[in-house]
Amino acid sequence: MQKFGRPNAKSLIESPFLTQVLVTDVQGDLNYDPVYDDETIWQLLSDVQDPEIPTVSVVDLGIVRSVRIEGKQVILGVTPTYSGCPATELINDLIREALTFAGYHSIKINQLLSPAWTTDFITQTGKDKLKRFGIAPPKGSVNKASLIDRDIECPHCASVHTHILSEFGSTACKALYQCDSCREAFDYFKCI
Amino acid sequence: MTTTRLQTDKLFQYLLRLADSNLILSQRLCEMCGSAPSLEEELAISNVSLDLIGQARNWYEYASELDVLGRSADHLAFRRDSHEFYNLLLVEQHNGNYADTITRQFFFDAWHLTILEALQDSTDARIKGIAGKAVKEASYHLRRSSQWMIRLGDGTPFSHDKIQASVDQLWRFTGELLTLDDIEISLQKKGIIPSASMVSQLWKHTVESVLKKATLKLPDYNAWMYLGGKQGEHTEHLGFILAEMQYLQRAYPDAKVW
Repeated sequence: MQKFGRPNAKSLIESPFLTQVLVTDVQGDLNYDPVYDDETIWQLLSDVQDPEIPTVSVVDLGIVRSVRIEGKQVILGVTPTYSGCPATELINDLIREALTFAGYHSIKINQLLSPAWTTDFITQTGKDKLKRFGIAPPKGSVNKASLIDRDIECPHCASVHTHILSEFGSTACKALYQCDSCREAFDYFKCI
Repeated sequence: MTTTRLQTDKLFQYLLRLADSNLILSQRLCEMCGSAPSLEEELAISNVSLDLIGQARNWYEYASELDVLGRSADHLAFRRDSHEFYNLLLVEQHNGNYADTITRQFFFDAWHLTILEALQDSTDARIKGIAGKAVKEASYHLRRSSQWMIRLGDGTPFSHDKIQASVDQLWRFTGELLTLDDIEISLQKKGIIPSASMVSQLWKHTVESVLKKATLKLPDYNAWMYLGGKQGEHTEHLGFILAEMQYLQRAYPDAKVW
């Protein structure tokens, strides 16, 4: 199995080799009884990166809405960003993977539709990380968002002299802007 | 018991209408993937399509739970025939030239946003939740398609004439957006879906103000309108769409690995 490289999260979880992997590689974890408290789980989840923006965690993005422990079961409330976000399943798999490797074996993920995800759920840390990654974070809050997002700050040179190139960027959650000062094109995380 | 059953069937039917319209429009838009007029448009169209398919999935999943035949969401999308599809006739029309694509999108978006905004106040909690999520996406779609209507309508004489022709051509499919049939009227009485007058008023308001800005002529509301999509009677296009979209699932039914 090793010669194919590291298996991705999905194949690892659904793979018929699962038992084999656990027995040979992480046998210790099977007998290890992890700490069952919310704080530990939140900490673990803050290391799970969004697959499309791999510097921001699922906690920073506000995708994980709740953590509950019942006996030895971890119950998570997770909300997708957009209805059609193609990363939804992968994110669930990555969360399962992280928790499984930390020794939690009973994980339940509930998909929450409401309250609907909004960019207001992104934490300040998340916004700072987006900016460092070259993505302009959503400007203002949803309630105050103007119909057209103006004066978006360029994540490269901080100039507000920017203009929109396209309503949609590399993913549904982003728009494409260009900076008039440094001429660099950049993604803007739309305020929804 | 029977009354409850009938009510559930009606709701099931209505959910399929919403889901099917989303799915078929999204399939139409996907046809442009790789052949849109510019890269930015390609990204926009694919992303709109993605939003629509995500919403369709949410509606299908709810419909699946109410289905007396117990079909899964995938089964509902990929294993029903055209007479069992209840999408609006508007969305199955071909992409045509880009003015046609944009006009179809604009008429749909104006309706979609109105419906979703109203469904946020539905007495059905699940519908409320799905609509609450979708409404933000739809408002973005309408913003984009309105801008295109204005840019093309108020652009060159050539672009103006072209998009006016698209408006006139697609107008006959808009009557269906604004009327309710018996199923919908019964759901409306329960407060599950909005009234025809409300939807019609808001849709007309959006369309009239955008067409005015776009310097386009508003066609006649009393013109002959095609109906029937919501009842499963379609134009010739739907069969071809389904043939392409459902090929794989029908060739290898119940396959576990693609």
